[in-house]
Amino acid sequence: MKRRSFLATTAAAAMLAATSLPAFAEEPLKIGFIYVGPVGDMGWSYQHDQGRQAIEAAYGDKVQTSFIESVPEGPDAERALTQLALEGNKLIFATSFGFMDSVMNVAAKFPDVKFEHATGYKRADNVATYDARFYEGRAVMGTIAGRMTTSNKIGYIGSFPIPEVIQGINSSYLHAKKVNPDVEMKVVWAYTWFDPAKEADAAAALIAEGVDVILQHTDSTAPQAKAQEAGIYTFGQASDMGAFAPKPRLSSIIDNWAPYYVKRAGQMLDGTWASEGAWEGIAEGAVEIGEITDEVPAEVKAEALALKDKIASGEYHPFTGPLNKQDGSVWLAEGETPADGDLAGMNFYLEGITAELPK
Amino acid sequence: MIGGIDIIALIATLMAASTPVLLAATGELIAEKSGVLNLGVEGMMIMGAVGGFAAAVATGNPVLGFVAGAFAGAALAMIFALLTQVFLSNQVATGLALTLFGLGLSALIGKGYEGIRPPPTAKLDFGPLSDIPGLGQIFFRHDWVVYLSLLLVAATWYFLRKTRGGLILRAVGENHDAAHALGYRVIAVRFAALAFGGAMAGLGGAYLSLVRVPQWTEGMTAGAGWIALAIVVFASWRAERVLIGAYLFGGITALQLQLQAAEYSIPVHLLSMAPYLITIIVLVILSAIHRHGVQAAPASLGRSFHASS
Amino acid sequence: MIQLIKRPTPSKAWAWATPIIAVFATMIAGGILFAALGKNPFEAIRVIFWDPLFGSNAAYFRGQLLVKAGPLILIAAGLAVGFRAGIWNIGAEGQYIIGAICGASLALSVYPSESAWLFPAMVIVGALGGWLWGMIPALLKVTFGTSEILVSLMLVYVAENLLAYMAFGPLKNPEGFGFPGSRNLQQYPSAHNPELIAGTGAHWGVAAAIVAIIATYILMHRHIAGFRIRVAGEAPRAARFAGVVPARLVVFCLGLSGALAGLAGLFEVAGPSGQITDSFNAGYGFTAIIVAFLGRLHPIGILLAGLLMALTYIGGDMAQLMLQLPAAAIQVFQGMLLFFLLGFDVLTNYRIRIGKAQAA
Repeated sequence: MKRRSFLATTAAAAMLAATSLPAFAEEPLKIGFIYVGPVGDMGWSYQHDQGRQAIEAAYGDKVQTSFIESVPEGPDAERALTQLALEGNKLIFATSFGFMDSVMNVAAKFPDVKFEHATGYKRADNVATYDARFYEGRAVMGTIAGRMTTSNKIGYIGSFPIPEVIQGINSSYLHAKKVNPDVEMKVVWAYTWFDPAKEADAAAALIAEGVDVILQHTDSTAPQAKAQEAGIYTFGQASDMGAFAPKPRLSSIIDNWAPYYVKRAGQMLDGTWASEGAWEGIAEGAVEIGEITDEVPAEVKAEALALKDKIASGEYHPFTGPLNKQDGSVWLAEGETPADGDLAGMNFYLEGITAELPK
Repeated sequence: MIGGIDIIALIATLMAASTPVLLAATGELIAEKSGVLNLGVEGMMIMGAVGGFAAAVATGNPVLGFVAGAFAGAALAMIFALLTQVFLSNQVATGLALTLFGLGLSALIGKGYEGIRPPPTAKLDFGPLSDIPGLGQIFFRHDWVVYLSLLLVAATWYFLRKTRGGLILRAVGENHDAAHALGYRVIAVRFAALAFGGAMAGLGGAYLSLVRVPQWTEGMTAGAGWIALAIVVFASWRAERVLIGAYLFGGITALQLQLQAAEYSIPVHLLSMAPYLITIIVLVILSAIHRHGVQAAPASLGRSFHASS
Repeated sequence: MIQLIKRPTPSKAWAWATPIIAVFATMIAGGILFAALGKNPFEAIRVIFWDPLFGSNAAYFRGQLLVKAGPLILIAAGLAVGFRAGIWNIGAEGQYIIGAICGASLALSVYPSESAWLFPAMVIVGALGGWLWGMIPALLKVTFGTSEILVSLMLVYVAENLLAYMAFGPLKNPEGFGFPGSRNLQQYPSAHNPELIAGTGAHWGVAAAIVAIIATYILMHRHIAGFRIRVAGEAPRAARFAGVVPARLVVFCLGLSGALAGLAGLFEVAGPSGQITDSFNAGYGFTAIIVAFLGRLHPIGILLAGLLMALTYIGGDMAQLMLQLPAAAIQVFQGMLLFFLLGFDVLTNYRIRIGKAQAA
C-alpha cells in the first residue's frame, strides 16, 4: 500500500534520550527525506516536502537537507535510506507507512543516525514515529457537511480501509449527525491514494446515490471537478485544493508537517532529540483547516471554527462518549474519551453508519 | 433504478469515464492494424496530458490544448516509429522504454503547472433535448470531446472497412512483404498509423488533464494506457468493439463503485479482474473460431519490416 | 540516400561495439539534458556511472547492484530463450507475482514452522506457480492458437488484482493492526532468503540468476536443443523439417520463462522485499524484457545488461541525493539509454550504405 498511517502503543515505547550529541559546531546538520511519490504530486509527498523546506527556512546554514523522491516500498526504500545514512545524514524522515520495516532494518545498522517514520507503529532508540490526528479536522468538515447537505446524504471516498481512514469516516459522520440528526453516510472505497479517473467515478457513484456533500480521503482533485459539474460540495484533502474554492470546495483539511519537522530538527541541533511516538493535531498545527469559503453561511462557519478552537484547546475530544459501535455494543461510556492506543487501531464503524466495513 | 442502482446515471458516468481510454485504444487499434505493437500508450497519453494542459493554460483556449495534446502524443510516437521502423528495434522493448521516457519527460515539462486550473471545457448545449428523461442524460449532456471520440470511432470504422486507405493499412498489417511487393510503402504507412495512434493517445491524455481531473499532476494517467492496450485486444481489432470494450472496462469500475455506494458488499479486487478474464475468453473464442482461417490479430503484428529481407 | 543492407550473419564486432557506443551517446545526450536542468553534466554522469561502483561506500552499493540486478537477470535469462524461438512471453510480471504469492502462502500457512524443509519447498512452489501461470498462455496457444503475447499480458493484470486481494485479504498480517500486507518473511527464519555472505547483497536469487545464465548459455550455445530453438525463431518452416515440434517448443519456452520469473518473485518476497503487499511488484517483469533485448538475447549480454540497468537505478538515486536531480530526469535519462541501445543494434544486423537506392 502506498504510504502511511498509524500510531501505536504496542511498540515498546522506549523513550531513551539521545545519548550522543551531534558533535559538530561548524558543519551543517544533514537531514534526509525519502518520499513515496514525486514532490509534484500536490498531495502527500508535496506536503512533506513543504515541511522539509520549512526546516531550511527555519535554520538556514545550520542544516542541509536532501531528498529522494518516488521511492518504491521494499528493497529500494532500504537502499535509499542506507544511502542517506552513508551520506552523513543524521536525521532521516521516512514519509510512508510502507517504509516501516525498511526503516527498522536500516536503523539497526546505523545506531548513531536518528530516524523518523511517518504513521508507523514500530519504534527503537533511534526510531521515532509521528502522525497527525486527521480525525480532528474531519470533525470540523463533518460539521460543515451536516449543515450544508439538503439531501441529508453525505459521501466519503475512502482510500484503503485502514485505521486513519476509518477514524476519518467515523469522525465526519458523528459530527455531521450532531448538527443534523437525519444525516446518512455513504462510503466508497477506491483502493488507491491517487487515481484521478477512479476517484472521479467514485464521486459520480456517490452523486448517483443522492449525496450532495463529498469528503475525500484520496489525493487527486478529480472528485472536485465531478462535484462542480453536479453542483454539490466538497472539501480539499492533503493540500488546500484552493483552485476549486469557493465552490465546490468549502474548506479543506491540510497535512502540515512543518511544525513537527522544524521542532525535531531543532531538537537534533540542541541535542535533545529522543525517540517518541508523536500524534499531533489541530493544536500543534499538524492538521490545518483551510479557509472556509463564503458559500458557507456565517453562523455555520462560526460553529465550525468554534469546534476547531474547542478541539485545539483540548476542551473537546471528537470521540467523546456515549458512543456505540455499529453493532450496537458500547464503545465509550458517557463522557469517556478513547485511549490513543485504542483509537489508533480503530477497525469498526460507529452506530448509525449502515455500510459494511470491508474485512 | 435496478436494485438501488441508477442505471441511467451509471451509463452517463461511464461514457465520460471511458473517453480517455476510448480515444487511446482507437489510436492503438490503427497502429496495430498496420502491424505495429506500441506498448508506449501510457507514455504518449501522459505527454498529451501535459502538452495539452500547458497549451490550454498558455492560450486560455481548451481547444488549442487538445490540439497540442494530440501533437505531443504524436511527437512521442515518432520517436517510436523512428526506432522501430528505421532502426528496426524490437517493438515490445521500445514501447516499454517509450513509457518510461514519456513519464519522465512529462514530469519535467509539467514542473510549474501544478495546482493551476485549466480553462474549462464547456458542455454542448442541446437545449430541450437534454431534458428528455433518460436519453437526455445519457446522450445530450456531455462536453464536445465525448462526441468527438464517438465520431472518431465511427470514422475509424469507416476508414478500415470502406476506404482504400483502410485496405492498404490492413494489407500492410497482415503481410508486409506482400504489401511491399504490391508497391505499397510499408514504412510510410506505419509512420502515419503510429502518428495517428500517438495523436489519439495524446487527446485521451489531454481529456484527463483538461476535463476529468482537471489539473496537472505527475503520473496522472495512473495506468490508463495499459487499459487501452487491453481494450484493443478485447475488441479483437475491430473499431466498433473498441467502443464496447472501453465502455465495458470503464463500466466495471463505475459499477463496482456504484455497488459500494449502494451498500452492497462486493469483493472489489476479484471484480476488477473480470474485464481481463473476459478479454482472455474472447481471445480464445476468436482464435478457436478462426483456427483454420483468418486470425483476429494482424498477422504481422510486432514483426519488423525490412525491404530487402 | 542512406540504405540498410542486411548482413548475411550478425556482426560480432558490432554486437560488442554498439552497446558501448550507445552508452557514450547516452552520456552526451544525458549530459545535455542535465546541463539544461542547470547541473554539471560531468558530475552527473560520474555520480550515476562511477560512484556506485568506485566511489566512497562503493562496497555497499556493489552489493545492492546484485540485489537489483538479480531478479532482472533471472527473469530475462528465461525470456530470452523464448524470444529466440519467436515465442513472446511479455507477462513475466504476472508470473513473478504468482511465484511470490505461492511461495509466501506456503510459508504463511504453516507459520510459525521451523522446518529446514520450508525454504526449499517454497522455492519449488514458487517456481511451480510461475510455471503454471506461464502454462495458461502456452496451452491456449497450443490448443486454440491464441496469441501468447496478449494472453500473457492480460494475465499480468489478473495477477496484480490477485496480489491486492491477497494483501488485503487472506495473507494479511493478523498482527498488523488492520494494515494490508503480510507478515514479514525476513522475521520468519525458516522462510527467509538471507544474504549468503553478509554485506554482499548476494542472496539465493542472485545465485539462481548466475546458474540461470550458465544453464541458458549451455542450452542455447552448446546443445542441440538450443540450435533447434534458434532455428525455430529464425526459420520456422525449416525447423519443422529439423524435427522441431512447435507445440512442445511453446510449452517448453513459456514454462521455462514462467518458472524462472516465479523463482525471482519467490526469492524477492522471501528476501529483500519480505512482504506480500499490493505494491510488491516493482515492474521487474517488464524491465526484464528490456534487459533481454539490451543483452541481445545472449546470456552474457543479459548479465551485463541487467547490471547496467541496476546501475542506472542506483546511480539515479544517488544523483537525486547529491545533485538534487528530479526523479523524472533520471527516468528520461534511462529512457534515452534504452532508445540508443535498442536503436544502435541495427548496426549488428545491417550495414549502412550511402548511395543511390537499388531497385528493390
